[in-house]
Amino acid sequence: MTALLEARHVTKIFGGGLIKRHRTVALEDFSLPIGGGQPSITGVVGESGSGKTTMARLLLGMESPTQGEVLYQGKNLRRLSRPEWRAFRRDVQIIFQDPFEVYNPFYTVDHVLTTPIAKFHLANSKHESRALIEEVLQAVGLRSEETLGRYPHQLSGGQRQRVMVARALLLRPRLIIADEPVSMIDASLRATVLDNLRQLNEEFGISLIYITHDLTTAYQISHNIIVLYRGSVAEAGDVELVVGQPQHPYTQLLIGSIPLPDPNRRWSDESGRMSQVASHKQTGDGLGCKFADRCPHAFSLCLEKAPPLFQTNQHRAAACYLYQDHPSIQREEMDKVFVWRTAS
Amino acid sequence: MYYHTLQGPVKAVDGVSFDVQAGERFGLIGESGSGKSTLALSIMRLIKPPGHIESGEVLLDDVNVLTLSEEQMRKLRLAGMALISQGAMNSLNPVMRIKPQIVDGLQSHGIQMSKREWDDRVADLLQWVGLQREVADMFPHELSGGMKQRVCIAIAISLRPRVIIADEPTSALDVVVQHQVMETLRRVQEDIEASVILIGHDMGLMAQFADRMGIMYAGRLVEEGPVGDIFSNPQHPYSQLLIASLPSLEKKGVFQGIPGFPPSLLDLPPGCVFRPRCPYAIARCAVEDPVLRPVGPNRSAACHLLEERQKAMS
Repeated sequence: MTALLEARHVTKIFGGGLIKRHRTVALEDFSLPIGGGQPSITGVVGESGSGKTTMARLLLGMESPTQGEVLYQGKNLRRLSRPEWRAFRRDVQIIFQDPFEVYNPFYTVDHVLTTPIAKFHLANSKHESRALIEEVLQAVGLRSEETLGRYPHQLSGGQRQRVMVARALLLRPRLIIADEPVSMIDASLRATVLDNLRQLNEEFGISLIYITHDLTTAYQISHNIIVLYRGSVAEAGDVELVVGQPQHPYTQLLIGSIPLPDPNRRWSDESGRMSQVASHKQTGDGLGCKFADRCPHAFSLCLEKAPPLFQTNQHRAAACYLYQDHPSIQREEMDKVFVWRTAS
Repeated sequence: MYYHTLQGPVKAVDGVSFDVQAGERFGLIGESGSGKSTLALSIMRLIKPPGHIESGEVLLDDVNVLTLSEEQMRKLRLAGMALISQGAMNSLNPVMRIKPQIVDGLQSHGIQMSKREWDDRVADLLQWVGLQREVADMFPHELSGGMKQRVCIAIAISLRPRVIIADEPTSALDVVVQHQVMETLRRVQEDIEASVILIGHDMGLMAQFADRMGIMYAGRLVEEGPVGDIFSNPQHPYSQLLIASLPSLEKKGVFQGIPGFPPSLLDLPPGCVFRPRCPYAIARCAVEDPVLRPVGPNRSAACHLLEERQKAMS
């Protein structure tokens, strides 16, 4: 079955032109087919500079890859015909990080909901359009009489982000890419937005790519997870396995650094020691493992050649030579280790 | 502390009292708009109009800071209490090397020494926060975010203040770097035996760092106590719901958000500020504003329910 959207060996390099010599490899040899089988939630986690937002922009066609291609139903995004591009625009939606910037402060929030209805001819009459809007607002737990007709500044961050979720739902897309959707929302309102996203997947069968720097929320809503480090996949697979028993030293460091909301379990000394190893040396361009300069387990092979993904278990893979006695898998087959929860 | 606006006074911080022991790490947590940063600025007396401190006192070793003259206050900042503000790393002068920026604060407090001595002093401070002495001759843009934040910690501790106020010191940093910076802060704080008031919105960070904590909501302190007790047995309904809404790394579940949203500080509800969102509110909550009262050893909370329960028990 052709994937709805697929990244195949995508590399994105910024700079490196005549004027700006410095090259930044934002994403390197990234492959991921999405939405082929069961609709699922895939978490993509990484720190700043890990390439997670670049990945989102590439998948949305907002950026062209330097190498490789992004395919929509098997066809390169750059070669879509006008009607195909329209279909793509409808099938794949985005929810941005900042629920303040996406609104035009001069329009009421209705504007972000009526525009897609008009653009995609979703309703034949004002009455129908209103019913549609009320339906999606209700789906995200907002009361239309408390939301419509208001200006963005009259709503809280959480409400604004839920209106964005409602807007995405309006188009009944097959895939939603959510880039840090809750990082600017207060803790007490965050849970509701996450619940909305989970509902989209469970009730409406929409696949979701949840991009975040926050492993805890990614763990809560994702089925599968991809950990990015400086543009490359460090570890991927079933979220329970990756978060429960991380195998890649970087994932271990990342999980060890999370401040757990539990005073009885304070930061372990071990992760503290490992984080001190961090230096700001850059490893050679494209040579060796990118984490080698910070890794306490690094040995000579790590500096020579970038590690492939080793499948350490039916449902996970780690790009680390510590696991080199396991079979390696091709980057584009990464989704083979994913779990697909059967719809209940 | 009120902000006087055209729409009327915004009660950003209203009747908040707490004390911090020497060497103690006190966490102050709240959502955006709960008044936590305003409180930090009030303690440092850095409030600018239209903000105004209406009443109250800030005691540092029994001296009321709010009654000091401007000049005394200027001397007290950095030497007596230092602030590491949110995004402090962006407060470094981009066209100045690190060394003169550290020296500047010390010189303005009347410290004079030879060039050689300054070099050593700066190198010592940098080493203290885990940076190499070469950093002294670098510009801020040559440093990573975590390194810049450590430079700010070095400046903050340069005169060994009694109190360090850290207002969201790591909210712009990645988790791994956040861990390093917080460990650095903890180490130097223990070295100089200063107290730390850590202000933030991340319950996880509070659990990791603080000894005691206070929870703020809409400009009020609603609960205060030792971190372990608050996490294991929160008393105020807001604390309970806040802790229940935290996503965990172990248990997957349907997480509960808190219904409703924080009130506008211009138009606070009568009675308890949390009443419109509180699932347990009783009639009394709509009329009477609860005050902070003891609910256990070293603990207090502002809630009528707790008081009613205590009454019923005795």
